[in-house]
Amino acid sequence: MDINSLLTGFQDLNWSLITTASYETLYMVFWPTVIATLLGLPIGILLAITSKGHILENRAFNQTLGSIVNILRSIPFILLLIMLIPLTRKIMGIAISYEAMIVPLSVGSAPFFARLVETAINEIERGVIEASQAMGSNLQQIIFKVLIPESLPGLVAGITVTAVALVGYTAMAGVIGGGGLGDMAYRYGFQRNQTFVMYVCIILLVILVQVIQSIGDWLTKKVNHR
Amino acid sequence: MIEVQNLKKIYSGTGKPVVALDNINLTIAKGEIFGVIGYSGAGKSTLIRCFNMLEIPTSGDIIIDGSNITKLSPTQLREKRREIGMIFQHFNLLSARTVRGNIAYPLEISGMKKDAINNRVNELLELVGLTNQADSYPAQLSGGQKQRVGIARAIANNPKVLLCDEATSALDPKTTLSILELLKDINKRLGLTMILITHEMEVIKNICDRVAVINDGNIAELGPVVQVFSQPKTAIAHEFVKQVTNFEVPESLLQQFSEKYSDNYKLLQLSFLGESTGTPVISDLIKKFNLSITILHGQIDRIQSIPYGTLVITIEGERENLTHALQYLTDNDIRIEVLADGHQ
Repeated sequence: MDINSLLTGFQDLNWSLITTASYETLYMVFWPTVIATLLGLPIGILLAITSKGHILENRAFNQTLGSIVNILRSIPFILLLIMLIPLTRKIMGIAISYEAMIVPLSVGSAPFFARLVETAINEIERGVIEASQAMGSNLQQIIFKVLIPESLPGLVAGITVTAVALVGYTAMAGVIGGGGLGDMAYRYGFQRNQTFVMYVCIILLVILVQVIQSIGDWLTKKVNHR
Repeated sequence: MIEVQNLKKIYSGTGKPVVALDNINLTIAKGEIFGVIGYSGAGKSTLIRCFNMLEIPTSGDIIIDGSNITKLSPTQLREKRREIGMIFQHFNLLSARTVRGNIAYPLEISGMKKDAINNRVNELLELVGLTNQADSYPAQLSGGQKQRVGIARAIANNPKVLLCDEATSALDPKTTLSILELLKDINKRLGLTMILITHEMEVIKNICDRVAVINDGNIAELGPVVQVFSQPKTAIAHEFVKQVTNFEVPESLLQQFSEKYSDNYKLLQLSFLGESTGTPVISDLIKKFNLSITILHGQIDRIQSIPYGTLVITIEGERENLTHALQYLTDNDIRIEVLADGHQ
């Protein structure tokens, strides 16, 4: 690609299309991150505290919940998207649009985040939890005043990783009709052979990931007092 | 105040069942500082964790202030635990909270109002000498400071009992002493009953009123600290006492003495306690029994306020005089241990 074709490429770019696609991608990253956090946090906490030797040990519950999480995580996301079309239609009234993609994107990333939550909570020293028990804390106090605050750096890092993973998922969601930068790159770059558009989209996605990671790292550092 | 009856704890995991506590019976008086000493694996950690049910006994009863804590419902146990403070070897502070926040935690969970919490925390900060570190996070503190936070947190709710689980084992000797001073001070001021476990006789010597020596899940020996120090009855108690009155006569020296004096010498370790510490026994021995004496080692120490001395000497002279000398020492309340005897 020489300078001239690069210049023509820029001139021919449809910026309003790119702006729309960027907005759609941001939308499909932001809301599923929020929902996956809200869903994954309690699931992850339950996985951690019902495990062996923890404060609410319950083998049957732990294994059942663990299996559900594993099953959801083992389905390739592109297939999960298709499987969840009926559910999406039920919840959102429409199966294919960038807004509707919130459903499969959340369902796909919540179990992933739940495992990250579990790990973050398991990293808390047992002695700290024991001390809070020895002081007479009840379950609710242990969860909200000990487990969550103590694992906060890990949780924030987990949310960051989940958001970055969601950027990748949005491309797949886009391909089956969700829109966004990934979809635009696919349609223009692959189907119409306009590689220039594809590269612009990719660069924007790279920037997005960098921004998410930087914000996440900064926040993680800020809440870390260990 | 605290009564332990037939306490048993057996860990029955996947392998062979392990008896951690065999059959423990104890009575601890109100306001007492009660020490438990033992090697790792002896069961002392299990024992102290039974006092607030962090470890659930297999059988037996623990009665604290009239209520049998092994029979409480979960809610009752939580209430009871607020009357039992605990400090830990590794402090176990909340890393996400400042010093102030850590001390406030037990007050928050017991439902105290914000203003009242603030006042109480300020009081406690002053008591443990951390007013200037109130807004620091635990990661910014030294070990000794962390344990001070631990202590403030443990006594925040005015407990009746304070459990100290190897509270000074992760600290250097100087910091250990300052923490022990603080504990002693708190015990005097607030009159709370303290149970502490340790493997360091130094700790027992410094602050305990009574001590239980625990071995293989059983109490091997129990008594006032002064008594266990001056007259350990069991081999294990003896070993712990030796930690503090640590003196071994070099082998080469023993050899030398036996060659020099043939059969009319003895190598003795004398222990003085309380009043006998001031008796001029050495000069008496020389004058009365015409002995020659070599002093190898001497040390004077204090168990709480009672002076406690050890002296290692050789005495040499007529066989008969040696026997009289030993009798004289015994009559003066000096405990004798014959380390070597030329006669044998």
